[in-house]
Amino acid sequence: MGEFKVHRVRFFDYMPSAIRTMAFNSQTERLAVARADGAVEIFNFNDNFFQEKVIPGQDGRATEALCWVGHRLFSAGLNGEITEYDLENLRPQYTVDAYGGPIWTISSNSQGTQLAVGCEDGTVKIFAILEERIQFQRNLNRHKGRIISLCWHPSSAQIAAGMTDMITIFDAETGHATRRLLVDRAMGASKNKEVVVWSVGYLSDHTIISGDSAGKVQIWNGLTGTLVRTYLVTKWDVLVLSVSKDESSVIAGTSEGTVIQFQFISSTVDQHDKEWVRTRTFRNHSHDVSALAHTDTAVVSGGMDTQLVVRPLLDKVEKNTQESALRKIAFPHRSLVGCAKKAGLLLFQFPDHLELWKLGESEGHGKPGDRLPVKRKPEKLIELKRKGEDHICCSALSACGGWLAYSTVSSVRLYRIQYNNTISINKVSKLPKELRSVHQLCFSSDSSKLFASSCQSSVIVVAVSQQECRYLHTLKHKTGSRQPVHLLCASDDGKWLATANTDCEIHIYNLHKMKLHCMVPVYNSCPTTIAIHPVTNNLISVHADQQIFEFSLVQKEYTQWSRRLQTQGLLSLWLERDTPITHITFNPKNPDHIILHDTYMFCIIDQSLPFPELNAVLWNQMILKSLPVSQRIGQSHAFKICKSFQHLMCVSLLEDLSLVVVERPLLDIMSQLPAPVRQKKFAT
Amino acid sequence: MAALYEGYTLCGLVPDQNLSSSGIQGIEEERDRDHVVVTDSTRLVTLYKVSDQKPLGSWTVKQGQKLTCPAVFNSQTNEYVAVTDNKVIRIWKEDDILLDKAFKATVSSDVWKVHCTHGGEPVVLFQRGAVRLLDSLLAAPQQPIEEVLAQEEAIRWSTIIVAETQQFIIITTEQKGEHFLYLQRLNPNSVQRYRLEREEPGLSPLSFSATYRDKHICLLYLYPNGHVYQSVLSVRGLGTEEGVQALPLPRSLLLGLPVGDGQLEAASAMALDEAHVAVVGVPHPSAGGGKDFLCIWNTNFQTLQAGKEMAGKIYGQLWSYSNKVFIPHGKTLSIIPFECPKSSLASALGKLKHTKTEESKTPNSVPSWNNILHGEKAQPSKSAETRRTRTTRKSQSTTNLTTDQVLELIKTAPVEEIQKEVEGFLTRAEFQDLQPSVGQLALTLVSRSLADPAFYSSSTLAQLVHTRCLCHSVCPDLVLLALEKKDYFLCQLCLQFFPDIPEAVTCACLKAFISIPDVDAEKVSLEPDSVEFMENLITRDRAEAGLQNGFSPTSSVVNDRQTRAEDVKKVSGPSQLSCPVGLHKAVLINEILQTPYSDTFLLPHLKDLSSQHVMLFLQYLQFLCLKYSQDAFPQMEGFRSPSLSQIMDWVCLLLDAHFTVLVMTPEAKGLLLNLHSFVKSQVRLVSELGKIEGSLQELRKMKAKESIGQYSIEIIELF
Repeated sequence: MGEFKVHRVRFFDYMPSAIRTMAFNSQTERLAVARADGAVEIFNFNDNFFQEKVIPGQDGRATEALCWVGHRLFSAGLNGEITEYDLENLRPQYTVDAYGGPIWTISSNSQGTQLAVGCEDGTVKIFAILEERIQFQRNLNRHKGRIISLCWHPSSAQIAAGMTDMITIFDAETGHATRRLLVDRAMGASKNKEVVVWSVGYLSDHTIISGDSAGKVQIWNGLTGTLVRTYLVTKWDVLVLSVSKDESSVIAGTSEGTVIQFQFISSTVDQHDKEWVRTRTFRNHSHDVSALAHTDTAVVSGGMDTQLVVRPLLDKVEKNTQESALRKIAFPHRSLVGCAKKAGLLLFQFPDHLELWKLGESEGHGKPGDRLPVKRKPEKLIELKRKGEDHICCSALSACGGWLAYSTVSSVRLYRIQYNNTISINKVSKLPKELRSVHQLCFSSDSSKLFASSCQSSVIVVAVSQQECRYLHTLKHKTGSRQPVHLLCASDDGKWLATANTDCEIHIYNLHKMKLHCMVPVYNSCPTTIAIHPVTNNLISVHADQQIFEFSLVQKEYTQWSRRLQTQGLLSLWLERDTPITHITFNPKNPDHIILHDTYMFCIIDQSLPFPELNAVLWNQMILKSLPVSQRIGQSHAFKICKSFQHLMCVSLLEDLSLVVVERPLLDIMSQLPAPVRQKKFAT
Repeated sequence: MAALYEGYTLCGLVPDQNLSSSGIQGIEEERDRDHVVVTDSTRLVTLYKVSDQKPLGSWTVKQGQKLTCPAVFNSQTNEYVAVTDNKVIRIWKEDDILLDKAFKATVSSDVWKVHCTHGGEPVVLFQRGAVRLLDSLLAAPQQPIEEVLAQEEAIRWSTIIVAETQQFIIITTEQKGEHFLYLQRLNPNSVQRYRLEREEPGLSPLSFSATYRDKHICLLYLYPNGHVYQSVLSVRGLGTEEGVQALPLPRSLLLGLPVGDGQLEAASAMALDEAHVAVVGVPHPSAGGGKDFLCIWNTNFQTLQAGKEMAGKIYGQLWSYSNKVFIPHGKTLSIIPFECPKSSLASALGKLKHTKTEESKTPNSVPSWNNILHGEKAQPSKSAETRRTRTTRKSQSTTNLTTDQVLELIKTAPVEEIQKEVEGFLTRAEFQDLQPSVGQLALTLVSRSLADPAFYSSSTLAQLVHTRCLCHSVCPDLVLLALEKKDYFLCQLCLQFFPDIPEAVTCACLKAFISIPDVDAEKVSLEPDSVEFMENLITRDRAEAGLQNGFSPTSSVVNDRQTRAEDVKKVSGPSQLSCPVGLHKAVLINEILQTPYSDTFLLPHLKDLSSQHVMLFLQYLQFLCLKYSQDAFPQMEGFRSPSLSQIMDWVCLLLDAHFTVLVMTPEAKGLLLNLHSFVKSQVRLVSELGKIEGSLQELRKMKAKESIGQYSIEIIELF
């Protein structure tokens, strides 16, 4: 296979935002996760936990709560607004001010007809959910103190509201408070500190479960208003609770980073009267667990440490399968790095700015394993701050490095970059009005066209040149899917454009004729990356379930190689990887080589070599290294995997055949987190 | 040995941008030992109660003004004195809130510092070298100030010292690379100028420290090359001639500190007492090149006594008040209590037996309530106090006797009375002066016991041994007496506490212990710790082997272990792992194993053992070996137990001493074979470890390469 010069880049200071809250939709198996910067991410639990949509954040949105109503997603935040998201165009559809100050919580009734929000001023406000909008209905009786948490009774007749020092039960019809449950404060020195009920749950048997800032999980009888049990689970706060759908299990997340499960079971085998018993403790976080979801088979948790953790409950899944494995999702499932192959430039996308770096140079040669002396250090050319309060959702850098574009939900900006001794950047002032709200940007390889995916899976084609920026065409398909295009890819010869949307459709457009060429047969897993081979014009697509396909654009059919791969099957070790392939590049010198990467490895697939046998070793580099050269060929197979670089954000091959590897070690992210809550040790 | 204890933080620091200075200008003692005044380098003066780690008050000067000298506390008037903007003297009391409203006076020349000793009057030292008492200066603030120093001479450091009611100001100056020292006496004023000897060209002293002892002022100064010099100045004979010409100042090299590579930059040395110097900013000799250490050196023996790594940057500043070192480092000002007991050669070399016990009674760094509520007076710890009062109450009938009286008493009185008196004496006496009297007491007791066979006071002797002030050479007959009286508990104590038991006596003890019938041995009461250790060891083998946390190792592991010990088992069968001697006997023998010896002296005495005894002893040692090597026997913390190497040494010694006898004895054959196979397995293990040594070292090399910067260009090869 040979040697590669690798630019090992660690200066991309990507820092994910803390997870603030999450909501799980059990009908569609989608998890919505809101981060501290206001971004909302949608994960598809049916499709390998793929992060299929990202709605970019906004300064000051401060989302505190999320709520699914059917297929609709609502959020509320400390800016006092209720927002419904447009999941097809990946942007807020509308916002409604609740006029009650910051909103702490939002909850819908089981029929999905009403939304209740809890406000800073102590009111619970009921909104009617109409088609296309929501409408204010009425206030429940106002109380002193803010409403921190809310939960509807499954019958929609009562609402339990967590406040400071108490829980109030409202009659949803009359709006009167029917009961007040007083919550004890913490013992000892913090006795005069008020206790905040961070989370409540209301079960159909009128049991109320509360988690509070004194570290207690309490079980109440909501009919009599009496306290049934108290579990002191932490010295710090119980921040969040989540009840399973069958109401047999409740999980509580604490500031210590633990998740504690309570189950409704009989304490001894032959007894019939069940009670709530503390059963398991999961410890997968280093910081506050501020978001929890209890799916049928797993505990999903997230918090300050920015990772989403899916911890399957081992009594609900088959043991020792891929299903039962713990998953930690720490990195986004899309590429935040752009690479100009011809110019040796890297573009890093942050929510609030872009960084353009020029790679360094080395001198001399070395043998494998060596580190070459760096003759010229990498240099940050531009740091481009975004305008406005919307966060950047996508960005693109042309292969020549001369054009840079980025987009927020409200606008697209295009810049011309010139390098002569000094660097100059000029904003292209007049953009066609069609370029307004886009989810994905991509330049053609000769940098003459800019493609932008827009609403209803359409793609806008714009010609860019020194003089002007001209709208050319809007490419549309006919399947009727309205899902956003999340992947765009143009062929090197400028003839083809491939798009993929979250309905798993891949469309091919002929750019010479400006019309749809064909559609790749729909596979049931979402493509995580696509690329068109520069020589053969075959489309390579990799899907969330780790399958790889090669589709010939000319023949409009899967290639022989792809068919052989499907018949033989991929190794289970390959299929069980838990991060998606996010980027594909090709070797211009050797058309047989396909370079792709996930977070933990990059792999060069050599199409000229046989596939590994099902019992073969997938990661065979060490074995091959130990063999004499003559025997290597017999042992080697198509998958050349390199794991020496970890937590990869991007792997790309420059024109001079050197690899660029952008690493972001998880440890570096961890070290930038704030200190976790102090665990008290003796005499300190 | 001097010791540094666990430190605590007094306050955070705001070091300036480039971390060149700590942000602290000075720390001065306030009304008592527990209060200090901290002056920062800009505008803030803070009063701290040290034991509370708590600020009691703080004062700032207006924006734009700057404190130019550390605030001092005038304990005569309970006022604070500081200087702002070089010329404005400010005086305020603790309950003044605003400094601007407090008294201020502008003087005509720039002030270098205000010095004040506890109970003394503040002295103002001007930048040009003149000195005034504060009161006389304030009487006429604008009075002309003379210039003492030459044109290009500048003050580098100054301090005040009280010597026999006489106050001295010491100033060091620098003029064109030369360093001078002024010794200025106050009331009557006189000054003497000295010239410091030149060190290597270009080096000027990093820090000075002055102390007064034995009618002399000792000046200690540190150069960047790590040399610490001491100069001794006489206080007498000064002031006869006004020192215009500079006298050469004799110096002696006190310490040559290791400086690592390069020279010291921010470092400081300070005399703690006549024999100890605290040094900061100098590398620890056994910890590489890092300079962030606080060390205490003994100047008499040139040894490092204590060292402590300080996190963060060291600024070369150091203060010490009442057995506490104040040291700014990184972003904190830490207080580190220390102790510098009288040092002896034995303690310096670490041979003194007491070191261990002294370590265990470290003064608690967490402030005790007693101190906070009642001040320093309640210093002796409460528990000691109550114990003492309790014992005195018990022995109230008896009068407090002196050593001589007790000695007289021992010669005649009955056992009970002696016991009572000795107990009373021990509780009364201070630890320091216990040493000689305990020796005398023990000697008299032993000699009476030897003379009068009916007299024997076991508990009194045990008590004396327990003080740890005794050793074998003080009272050579004690151990043998105990053996004779079959007082095995006392024997155990002696073996445990005496550092100098001769090999002959050790052997005699061994012989006696082995030959005790087990029945008798079980009646003896022994040290509970060592008994518990042995109990654990013996009962473990009776319990199910290898069951830990309810988890029994898989059969393959068991098999593996069986093969290892299989030769052993073949010979002696299942009874292999039962202890060949009784519990108490084993405890006593363990004590022997732990006594220090040198094998050349021990060997001839070992030969006296009979072959039965040798067999039994070997069997026991083998039992211990197997126990220790089995399932990673946990070396129980806190228990006194012989180490594996001690056991192996004894096995070797025994075999050496009785080799021919053992070879000829048929019963010993199995035992020797067992030992042989044991050694063989150990050798095999070591050789296996040797095999993987190379790989392990490779692993370590790989670790070293791990450091990756922000960017590198590497070559990889894929196959």
